Amino acid sequence: MERLVLRTGSWFALALAAFAAAVAAADSGFAVHMGIVSAAALLVAVLTMRGADYAGIARGWLKMPADEGRYYDDVIRWGVIATVFWGLAGFLAGLYIALQLAFPALNLGLEYTSFGRLRPLHTSAVIFAFGGNALIATSFYVVQRTCRARLFSPALANFVFWGYQLFIVLAATGYLMGITEGREYAEPEWYVDLWLTIVWVAYLVVFGGTILKRSEPHIYVANWFYLSFILTIAMLHIVNNLTVPVSFLGSKSYSAFAGVQDALTQWWYGHNAVGFFLTAGFLAMMYYFVPKQAERPVYSYRLSIIHFWSLIFLYIWAGPHHLHYTALPDWAQTLGMVFSIMLWMPSWGGMINGLMTLNGAWDKIRTDPIIRMMVMALAFYGMSTFEGPMMSVKAVNSLSHYTDWTIGHVHSGALGWNGMITFASLYYLAPRLWKRERLYSLRLVNWHFWLATVGIVLYAASMWVAGIMQGLMWREYGSDGYLVYAFSEVVSAMLPMYLIRAAGGLLYLSGAIIMAWNIGRTIAGSPLRVEKPMHDAAYDPAVDKPLIAQPV
Amino acid sequence: MSSYDTLRHFADSWGLVFMGASYLVLVGWHFLPRGRAHSRAAATMIFKDRDETEADHG
Repeated sequence: MERLVLRTGSWFALALAAFAAAVAAADSGFAVHMGIVSAAALLVAVLTMRGADYAGIARGWLKMPADEGRYYDDVIRWGVIATVFWGLAGFLAGLYIALQLAFPALNLGLEYTSFGRLRPLHTSAVIFAFGGNALIATSFYVVQRTCRARLFSPALANFVFWGYQLFIVLAATGYLMGITEGREYAEPEWYVDLWLTIVWVAYLVVFGGTILKRSEPHIYVANWFYLSFILTIAMLHIVNNLTVPVSFLGSKSYSAFAGVQDALTQWWYGHNAVGFFLTAGFLAMMYYFVPKQAERPVYSYRLSIIHFWSLIFLYIWAGPHHLHYTALPDWAQTLGMVFSIMLWMPSWGGMINGLMTLNGAWDKIRTDPIIRMMVMALAFYGMSTFEGPMMSVKAVNSLSHYTDWTIGHVHSGALGWNGMITFASLYYLAPRLWKRERLYSLRLVNWHFWLATVGIVLYAASMWVAGIMQGLMWREYGSDGYLVYAFSEVVSAMLPMYLIRAAGGLLYLSGAIIMAWNIGRTIAGSPLRVEKPMHDAAYDPAVDKPLIAQPV
Repeated sequence: MSSYDTLRHFADSWGLVFMGASYLVLVGWHFLPRGRAHSRAAATMIFKDRDETEADHG
């Protein structure tokens, strides 16, 4: 009883403190955010006070099996649902801003729905909300299975999950209100950054704690990738967000660095967010889920070790390639370029390692749509890690920088590699976590695969054309020494490509909606969809008879 | 020399040597003769006691 009072009281005190901060806030955005924090704390306080087993009620409602196994899976089930939800939200936001570029009227004349505010909402929703939840959920799943140990501190794991959702909500609402540090992929302001730091340290404790209590002597390579992702993101996040708040009750802060140092810190962060969030973390998924789905061990474990250490040693230096032809010292630009090119080797080594895991079982690409998604993810991992180093070459960058080619490159990696491997992992996880025989429908996975693939192809191809056209038009000089095209002419020339891009986004979103339906039906435990199997041995009764006519 | 120059020269001399050497050690470690069996065991570890893990939906 005393403990309950203490816990409820602490939550109430927190709610009260946040409310006081909202009242005394220096600007309206901070007030709204503190209001959200206050409401969240108040909700937890009331739920704690009433003392009911809300986790149990939610388990029943979401049809989660009672958790009596060796592993703690509830937080992973929540993570799967959150990943699907944020994926849909992020893809929808992306489609909307793609349409805004084609039809500017969709900005609606409101500051809250303008492209500039919705774009960070889209990027953060897909990278941090969709990708981040996928990484947290799969890492908790994989670390328990490969360490053969129950998750260290399930309560802390729940804090990580719900704390991360609060971070997402604060970040997303902040963008709409115009609260931003203006640093790409690191837009949240100082107090949201501090909150994420707390959540992230808790994440490290849960993950690291599980590794420490493992009953398996060797730490499987997927966990190396997850651990490097958690540690590096912690380091990047803290250094890049060293800011001085204008007021402790206001949302505005200024960076501790200035000028080109600030730019380099930002892109050291920005590129390694790609390298360690979107690459290392998702490679961890690849190194566990591809062998499990293919039912054969990874092609070469030693190659995976080379892959790991090469990424670690090379990626961290590649950031300056975002600052070609700027005030950054020339040697630093060249360094960034050279290390980017060297990254070709481990990236392709890793892709080959993943693909060759299917060696001797290539037929699974035809019969298993989940394997097909994984193979497509690896193909796009290879393609975008080929394209990236190429674009980091200064001569190429002078054409591609500031154009839509960059957008196309990012999306071939994000939609193709991160999206596809996440979808495949979710399809692997859903029936296992909810103890179903298998997914509701494999045919729907096939539909999702083709919608997503065609969507990516439309997206990437249109952005290549748009980007190269844009770059060439910008640099075109006439014989009189003047630029041939006005900027506005370049913009209007892009319309067809923007429409094709939006069509690609629509297809990709449609695939994700099919996935949400499929996983939703799997969770609900509805009977398996009656459908033609993906693969059947041929049988023709008409020819199933002796060749020579038998005497009657 | 300024601290910038000092660090800059350390980075492209001994710093680079140190990084290269640690990379070679960390990767080379797994290519020692005993690494082959060890790697095979590690790669197939995720399939060990499959029945038990299946029951545990893993």
